Amino acid sequence: MGIQTPNGFNLDNSGKRIVVDPVTRIEGHLRVEVNVDKNNVIRNAVSTGTMWRGIEVILKGRDPRDAWAFTQRICGVCTGTHALTSVRAVENALGITIPENANSIRNMMQLALQVHDHLVHFYHLHALDWVDVVSALSADPKATSALAQSISDWPLSSPGYFKDLQIRLKKFVESGQLGPFKNGYWGHAAYKLPPEANLMAVAHYLEALDFQKEIVKVQTIFGGKNPHPNWLVGGVPCAINVDGVGAVGAINMERLNLVSSIIQQSIDFCEKVYLPDVLAIGSFYKNWLYGGGLSGKNVMAYGDIPEHANDYSAANLTLPQGVILNGNLKEIFPVDHTDPEQIQEFVTHSWYKYPDESKGLHPWDGITEPNYKLGPAAKGTPTNIQELDEAGKYSWIKAPRWRGNAVEVGPLARYIVGYAQGKPEFKEPTDEFLKKLGAPTSALFSTLGRTAARALECQWAVRKMEHFHKKLIANIKAGDSSTANIDKWKPESWPKEAKGYGFTEAPRGALAHWIKVKDGKIENYQCVVPTTWNGSPRDPKGNIGAFEASLMDTPLADPQKPLEILRTIHSFDPCLACSTHVMSEDGQEMTQVKVR
Amino acid sequence: MRTLILGIGNILWADEGFGVRAVEEFHARYETGADVTVLDGGTQGLYLVQFVEACDQLLVFDAIDYGLEPGTLRIVRDGEVPRFMGAKKMSLHQTGFQEVLSAADLLGRYPSRLALIGCQPQDLENWGGPLTAPVAAAVEPALAAAVDTLVEWGVELRPRAASAETFPRLLAHDLDHDAYERRLRGAEEETRP
Repeated sequence: MGIQTPNGFNLDNSGKRIVVDPVTRIEGHLRVEVNVDKNNVIRNAVSTGTMWRGIEVILKGRDPRDAWAFTQRICGVCTGTHALTSVRAVENALGITIPENANSIRNMMQLALQVHDHLVHFYHLHALDWVDVVSALSADPKATSALAQSISDWPLSSPGYFKDLQIRLKKFVESGQLGPFKNGYWGHAAYKLPPEANLMAVAHYLEALDFQKEIVKVQTIFGGKNPHPNWLVGGVPCAINVDGVGAVGAINMERLNLVSSIIQQSIDFCEKVYLPDVLAIGSFYKNWLYGGGLSGKNVMAYGDIPEHANDYSAANLTLPQGVILNGNLKEIFPVDHTDPEQIQEFVTHSWYKYPDESKGLHPWDGITEPNYKLGPAAKGTPTNIQELDEAGKYSWIKAPRWRGNAVEVGPLARYIVGYAQGKPEFKEPTDEFLKKLGAPTSALFSTLGRTAARALECQWAVRKMEHFHKKLIANIKAGDSSTANIDKWKPESWPKEAKGYGFTEAPRGALAHWIKVKDGKIENYQCVVPTTWNGSPRDPKGNIGAFEASLMDTPLADPQKPLEILRTIHSFDPCLACSTHVMSEDGQEMTQVKVR
Repeated sequence: MRTLILGIGNILWADEGFGVRAVEEFHARYETGADVTVLDGGTQGLYLVQFVEACDQLLVFDAIDYGLEPGTLRIVRDGEVPRFMGAKKMSLHQTGFQEVLSAADLLGRYPSRLALIGCQPQDLENWGGPLTAPVAAAVEPALAAAVDTLVEWGVELRPRAASAETFPRLLAHDLDHDAYERRLRGAEEETRP
């Protein structure tokens, strides 16, 4: 029987159910259940996550100046972004401003994280949904070289290079230790690349693995260490002394030059390897335009990377801010994080308890009280769920909504908002990419579009890093070496009670923290993270979330090997580390796959 | 010979934090030479590959579900290590660490010696909770096992002087083991009638 959702999807759960992954709360696993019709087209999608973000339990009573260090530990991949969001929330609550240099340095750290995450996501967590590693073994190295040279002047492209790589790969595969390549659906009908494109992509997989370590050095230089770099309420924890020497102590010219060199290498890698690869791979998939989901309807971006310090208005943010509803690109709504009617979290279908679950709560008033209870039609037991009942509670993820609307967040959302605003730095590269691909603008609203937007944004981000690096040096040369404002460091200088919010654009989408401070201590602290937006369950009105929407109407070549589900879910770069099993209808484990 | 002493896990999930707490305590007890890195790897997964590929000897502290009594330590070496850090039922948080090892392998830079000091956890569901008593008690023998292994590997360790309170702690900002759990204990006391 069909259900029409208010956000325009026809759900039919009468067909065969495919379940991906068991639920466990450790780490934050993601599970997807879909119903397919007799043609194996997805007609109902249910996404459940186990992400527990009740950080207030841990932060209540602690010093707000330490909150960033705790929020960095919530997630293994968004560390620095959480820290930045946290210091912004505390500064907002306490009325603390930061120096211009601190803004430039924070932007570079945030952009470096963005670049690093996008690169690692594409090559190491997503590419293998498009690239068949085993097929690469039958590629002709000469033809691979010709292909690589036709798309870019990247130097590592000789027939000998690809031949050597193929031999290494063959040895690796034959050793039986497939490592990162195990659990793949190699040979699946949904793979469309010729062997040569597969070999080229595998070569770049390894090059990206080798290169990514350079980018994180930016965190080490400005944050003092990595992983878990240091942050500071009121600025950044590094001092500047351009005349200093050595690798420890204040930021000197030597280290600023190292940052510059990393930026230049990143620009090269992004423009000569990453973007051309996405274009080359995309050209074989431009007829596979599934997975758009909410992107053609409702998207939201908070904006980020302020040009000038202390101004978080849309006009000063270089990453776009706004909400688009019902696909109307002509109207862009502003976002107000303080408006109790705008951002609200619902728990009707989440394993939490509210006094009145028909209403949502603004994060300042957010509560996280568990209530683990399966719906009446669920199959299995609470500790071993065979099948969820999406009519009841079915996820540890809350359902955040913007004025009651489910929205998609992430690079694609940011690009759609920037495109709709007519900002040339977002619109022009997008149009150029689509033109090269030979695809219409509507092709953006797809899994491929999501993957392309991330690559375009990576290019934008490396260029923006260059901008802030120059800006920092110019400001230092003009005589300003200040990196921190300690005027309100002491709790005695704070109001008795205060509340604030901070937001960023994490690699995977809009992220915000809301804080209440009382008597110098944290009273409440709520994080609404990008994967909560994208991975949200249904809300009281029945709107489905972005993951769920993106799977609708996608045909599966082989329901036993749902590569198409992984491809689309991965395209969101969900921050849910996830080892999944594909279960057959009778609960038999069939195949193991990796989802992050 | 470069040596990496790594603790992994999520300190916010009770016994999941064993690896990080063990390496934190190791760092508080011993000074090491320039060829040794003592690292709180958290849940960084694949992002740890650059540390792993840069070392010749790798010692890892982690919470591992061996199906034994809580607090039981089990030490595995070399070729056995990936197996214990891969399968879902064995490795509790970082399904990614086996991948880190194979990524280093794929890059042709795999440590020549590996040791995994794994501790059987009791509670992984207590969000914000402390290490449970048996797991907290396992930190001491885990350090002893680490020292034995490192000495065998020829790594030079110098106990820090008791008065050496000035060195930078591995975890700071209220996240160090004592401060992290002190507040939890405090909160319990407050709610007591």
